[in-house]
This record gives sequence, C-alpha cells and structure tokens, in this order.
Amino acid sequence: MRALVVALMLCCVLTACRDNAVPEQRADNGGAPQPAVGDTIIEGTSADASNLLPMLAMDSASGQICGLVYNGLVRYDKNLHIEGELAESWQISADGREITFHLRHGVKWHDGAPFTSADVLFTYHLIIDPKTPTAYAERYKQVVEASAPDPYTFKVRYARPLASALISWGIAIHPRHLLAGQDITKSPLARAPIGTGPYRFVQWVPGEKIVLERNSDYFEGAPYIKRVVYRIIPDSTTMFLELQSAGLDQMGLTPLQYARQTDTPAFRRRFRRYRYPAFAYTYLGYNLRHKMFQDKRVRQALSYAINKQELVDGVLMGLGQVATGPYKPGTWQYNPDVKRYPYNPQRARKLLRQAGWSDSDGDGIVDKDGQPLAFTIITNQGNDQRIKAAEIIQRRFAQVGVKVKIRVIEWASLLKEFITPRRFDAVVMGWTIPNDPDSYNVWHSSKTAPGKLNFIGYKNSRVDELLEQGRHTLVRRQRKKIYDEFQRILAEEQPYTFLFVPDALPVVARRFYGIKEAPAGIAYNFIRWYVPADQQRYQR
Amino acid sequence: MLVYLSKRLLLMIPLLLGITLISFVVIHLAPGEPTDLQTEMNPEAGVELKARLRAQYGLDKPIALQYVDWVGRLARLDFGTSFSQDRRPVWDKIVERLPVTILINVLSIGLILLVSIPIGIMAAVRRGSAFDRWTTLFVFIGFATPSFWLALLLMDYLGAYLGLVPISGIKSLGYEYLSSGEQIWDVIHHLLLPVLVSAFGGLAGFSRYMRSNMLEVINQDYILTARAKGLSERLVIMRHALRNALLPVITILGLSVPGLIGGSVIFESIFAIPGMGKLFYDAVMMRDYPLIMGVLVIGAVLTLLGNMLADIGYAVADPRIRNG
Repeated sequence: MRALVVALMLCCVLTACRDNAVPEQRADNGGAPQPAVGDTIIEGTSADASNLLPMLAMDSASGQICGLVYNGLVRYDKNLHIEGELAESWQISADGREITFHLRHGVKWHDGAPFTSADVLFTYHLIIDPKTPTAYAERYKQVVEASAPDPYTFKVRYARPLASALISWGIAIHPRHLLAGQDITKSPLARAPIGTGPYRFVQWVPGEKIVLERNSDYFEGAPYIKRVVYRIIPDSTTMFLELQSAGLDQMGLTPLQYARQTDTPAFRRRFRRYRYPAFAYTYLGYNLRHKMFQDKRVRQALSYAINKQELVDGVLMGLGQVATGPYKPGTWQYNPDVKRYPYNPQRARKLLRQAGWSDSDGDGIVDKDGQPLAFTIITNQGNDQRIKAAEIIQRRFAQVGVKVKIRVIEWASLLKEFITPRRFDAVVMGWTIPNDPDSYNVWHSSKTAPGKLNFIGYKNSRVDELLEQGRHTLVRRQRKKIYDEFQRILAEEQPYTFLFVPDALPVVARRFYGIKEAPAGIAYNFIRWYVPADQQRYQR
Repeated sequence: MLVYLSKRLLLMIPLLLGITLISFVVIHLAPGEPTDLQTEMNPEAGVELKARLRAQYGLDKPIALQYVDWVGRLARLDFGTSFSQDRRPVWDKIVERLPVTILINVLSIGLILLVSIPIGIMAAVRRGSAFDRWTTLFVFIGFATPSFWLALLLMDYLGAYLGLVPISGIKSLGYEYLSSGEQIWDVIHHLLLPVLVSAFGGLAGFSRYMRSNMLEVINQDYILTARAKGLSERLVIMRHALRNALLPVITILGLSVPGLIGGSVIFESIFAIPGMGKLFYDAVMMRDYPLIMGVLVIGAVLTLLGNMLADIGYAVADPRIRNG
C-alpha cells in the first residue's frame, strides 16, 4: 500500500518535471490568502447537457453537472480510494456478499425534504425497472436483495461477491418524494434537478448556459464559490478566445493550445494550467477474425513498426504518454512490467518474415501466398487526434512493407456499417479508463457477439478466467495479481496496439485558490475552491 | 384572387406530403439508428436496453407504419418527442431556437439589401468606372472569404485584442440584472459581429444581381424616352429605372423566406449561438428522426409559402402580371 502511494507521488513529480512551467504548478501552498464565500466560476463546455436525471444521462456534459447537484452513497477520493459520501460508513459481510450502508443523518434535499434510506431503495428500484431507459442497470441486476430496515440503513445482498459492488453505489441517489409513481422519462426534474449535492440548480438556457448556486446547507460544509455557470461554446478556438478575454474562468485546453498558445508570461499571470494523465487511451485494434491478424507475430510486428513516442510528440505535442495496456499509468491496477514494443522496424520486418510475409514480387509490400499485407484503418470523423495518429501509423507501416489505407467515417455510420457487423480490418479508437479494473465487457470472449464490446473478437481462455476471477475478488492485493497477469497476456498478444494516454489539460483563472492536483485530477475538492474577498469579480 | 389563393394553398398539401415522404425515407436510409448511438460502445449498456429503446421509439415497426404514425401526429400538429436523451417535445426544441435564428437572418438580409442595392445601382450607372471595379473586387473577396475564418480573425482582433465587442454568445452573463434599455444594447452589441460576418458573404451575389438588373433596365427604350423628355439623371435612375430593376428582388426575398429559419452550423458553433443550424446538425448526427423531420417540415412549409408570397408580391407590384 505504501509502495503504491510512493509510486503515485513519484508519478506526480515526474509529471511536474516534464513540464516547463513548473512554478505555476507549485501553486499556493504557503501564504495562501484567506478563504471567502462568493464569486462565480464560468466554465466552458463544448456540448450542452442532455438530461439532468443522472440515470438517464449518458453524456459527459450532463454527468459533470449532475456531479455537483447529486450525491452517491460512496465516491472516489483524491487518491482514487473509496470514501463515504451520503453513507457515513459501511460494512461488508465476511462472505463478501452483503453490504450494509449507514447513512448520514440530517441530510436534506434541495427542496427541504429529508434524505433517507427510502430514497436509496427507490433509486435501486428505479434503475432496475424495465421501463427506465437507463444504461446503468446491468450491475444492479446482480443484487438479489435490497432493503432499508430503518431510515438510515441500507442493505444489499449479492449472489456472488462482486468487486465493483461497493463503488456501484456511487450512483447518484434520486429523490423518491418527487419521482415515485411517475413516468421518469417525463419528469420535470430532467430539466430542473433536485438533489442533495453542494450546488442547487438555478437555470438552464438550452444551448447557452446552465447556472448552479451554492447549497449553503450542504452536509460536508457549504462551498465557497457562490455560483457555477457552464457556458456552452461548441468551438474550441472560440472557447479559448473567450478565456483570454475573461469570458471564461475554466476550460480544458487542446494540446496545441497548451504547448503553443499559453506558454507566455501574460497568460500565466492570469491563469494556472494543470496537467495530468486523462482517464482514457487510444489504440489500434485488429479484427482478429481476419486471417492476416490471427498470427500473433504479425500483430507484434505491427506494434514494433509504430513509433509510439512519435505519436505522443506529433499528435499530443508531447502532452501524454505511451500506453502499454488498458489501464492508466500510476493507478494501482497498472502493471508497468509488461512486454513493451519500442520502435524497431528491423525487428518488425524480421517478425513478419518469420510469420511468412516477405516481399516476393518486389513491389515494396510484403506478401504471403500471393496476398499482399494490405488493409484499411477506419476511424471516426471529428476526432483529429485519431485521424493524425492513423496517418502517422500509415507512414510507419509503409516502411516495413505494410500497405494501409485510411477511411474516416461519421460516427453513426461507423458503428452501424463497420463495427457492429464486424466489417473492418483495423480501427483507431479510444476507451475511457474506468477506476475499477474490471474489463470483462471489452475483453471476455462472451462479449464478441454482435453489438457487444469485444468487437475485435479477442478470445483467450486464460484471459476469460482471469476476468471472471477479477470481478469476484474483493481483496485488492489478490485482484492486482489477477490483473497484472491479464495485462502481461495482452501485452504479449497485442490484440490492440496500445498507442497513448493523453493528458488532461485544464486551465483555471488565477483568482481561484485551494486547487490541489491529485491522482483524481483537480475537480475532486471543488467545494473547497475559493476566491479571496479582494479578488472576487462577480458580486451577484 | 381568393380562389387563386385557396387553390395555391390546397395544392401545397400533396406537395408537402411528397416532400415529407421523401425526407422520411432518405433519413431512414442513412446508416445508424438513434438507439445505436445511445447504446453502442457504452460498456454499461446491455443489449436489452437497445431493444427497449427501439420499442419506446417505435422503431421496431415497419417503416411504412412509422411514416403513417408520424403523418397522423403531424395532422394534429404534433411533431412528436425528440429521440435524444432529453425526450423533449420537438416543437419546444425548435421554438426556443427560432427567435435568435430569425433575428440574425432578418438583420443580415436587411444589411445585405441596405449595402448591396446602392452598390449595385452605382456600379451599373457608372459601369466600367473605378468604383465599379473596386466594389466588384470587394464583394468577390467577401464571397470568397470563408465565414468561419473571417469570424475568428474579427473575434481575435476586435474581441480579444481590442475588447470592443463580445466574442461569442447572444447575451452577457448578468443579462437578467440589466435594465431593458441595457438589455437591448447588450443584444445588439453581441449581434454586431455575427450579423456583419454573415452579411459579408451575401453581398456579392446580391449586388451583382442588382447591377445586372439595373444595366438591363437602363438600356430599355423607356429610359431613353425619359432622358429625351429632359428629366434629370437622378429622376431617371431613381424613379424610372430603379423601380423596374427592383422587381426581381421580390422573387429573391420570397426565396429567402425558408432561409430565415435555416442557420449555418459552422457559423453558429463559432459564435456559440444556439440556433437552428446547430440543432439540425446535432439532430442528424444523433439520428434524431422526429427532430430532423420537424425542422424539414417547417422548412418545406416556409419554402412553399415563400414561393407563394413572391408570386403574390409580384402580382401586386407589377401590373403586367396582375392583369395578364
């Protein structure tokens, strides 16, 4: 455990060292001014929210707002450990199948009604109700019994121990007194939510802005910043101009903006930039149903042929790191001791030769049984990073005699025409990295059926075993062993070439204090951010 | 006249049905369904969610039946509910975006007319002069300039650097707290750049059009007659030539009626204006069939109405057509 913390700290230090702008990252530790209540933070978001009932919302814009308006029973703390939110404490039974949550007393909904275990039970029933069109039901269907023996106790029982059971209760608790007996898809709360969280909903002007105001009764202590305004600005250049002209206080920078447009004294006088690995990775996935990709040596050769550092430098302007597997570097589940594939075209050519691919007709493309090693990489429109990555990969592949075409396809068509019917050779896509390492849905062989997520068709019986064990093992040390082996197998087999983990690049106006970067990012302690009284900009 | 009008109106119904049928089929031919987008690539979504959503949206029925259902609702002026996650009525989503779209389009058409009519007249009257050549150059630069590029340059210079105009949006943050006079100024202030940029590209077409109309009229015999009568050049141009040269403008105005509710997605994204263009674009990307159809129907109705208005306007303005 201690080793882990040290590793995490090391990782942060490394991140800081790689950055030229070290001083701004050592923000306001000593001599920080006095916290004060007030002011408004204006945050830029590229998409409007869709639905503010967390159960029905699947987009990140809605999720961000719901995160301030609602609470779950538990949540991840700044070091990505689970801590209580609406639950004061919990016990897990010895057999790992039952969790008993003890809820906080005295918590109130924004309309003044008291929060009790009945709300939790209601949320559970709502999520498994077949009439509720929610994407999150799967995990809750594993519950065999849920009960609320008294207003401040909530119990759930599972048929088998489930590793992600505890954190699954981080789901936002919905108010029973406002939703019971109603058609949730028609609830007015979707446009004007009422939760228990640190901010109350004030106003939503579609396509323009969403306004929240501090909940002065918040059970963890009232937040300092009085108002939060999300401004919807679809274009990232416009957003950046707004930031420069003080129309915004916070946004996420693109790598180009971070590297080329913000590294000036004038900018740094007014803003603090942050940088930490994002919870996402980009990969090149091979359709393993195709004969040419079935030989492990071919996939390994392709991985050797790609210069991943070049991708990080060229696509992300160096603001990211090479990925080695499906987990985020620096988290407990990440295994750094796996086979790596440094750029090595000779090695790639040799592996291809061993697999029987050589340029027998002298056209510069390796072939086998008269078939050239040529295929198409597809990716989705609108994601520049993926398109650029595909182009750089195309050039590197050509150097080892592999011919690649690139097709960029609009998202809906990509899914319907290529991914779902499995009509593709290779894809450049990305996954977000969940905090829990359970990757059953993406890698288990039972998920290769149409419409499931293992669309490359990866099947490995040992991986299946590990994934099944992993999701039913509760002790972290044992889980780590399981997922370490899982990562070693993936690294050896290269069903994907894992390309890179980009950095998240948020920037916040300098008048906001109390921001402390942690493995979880910067937003985890938002309610403790403040603007000193003499620097506040907005009085209302 | 009344008979003519009602005939035209009645004829619009089959035409409208034809338009909707074609749009409906074409949209459903596009690969992908709203349910794919909401459930695919989502590790949490189960397969049964997709089935459930399809049933809720009525996508499990044959397409012919879906169309009949949709027309049935339309006949009761019900545009249905959006397939996006907010599940709001389509009509609400369109109506909240209409005012700003119409406002910008009306202002920009007004600005185009205001600038390009004089330019066109002057260019025609002094055909081949330096003025003619310079304005031609100017309007064609406007025509060739990508509006997003111009917008970004102006935003950067006038907005971020000089701080003269707001960069994006249509209202300031504290709009609710302003007096009504200040509110009006605030909106005008925000609209300056968008209107200017959207009008800039339209100048070329219209001023050239005006110029050629004017040239044609000036060479007519009745202008020669007017001059022969000894009328001042000013009177000849303003009274005799201009009136006739303006006639085709009615057609153009009629044709631009549907354009009033259309927006450009690039333009609206750049200025962060919640208008119809972005709404429609997002709806297409999400395969939000009811919303797409809603926008298309309103567009079709306005196109047909615009054409009719243009015909009527023509009849009112031109005795030859009225009596002929």
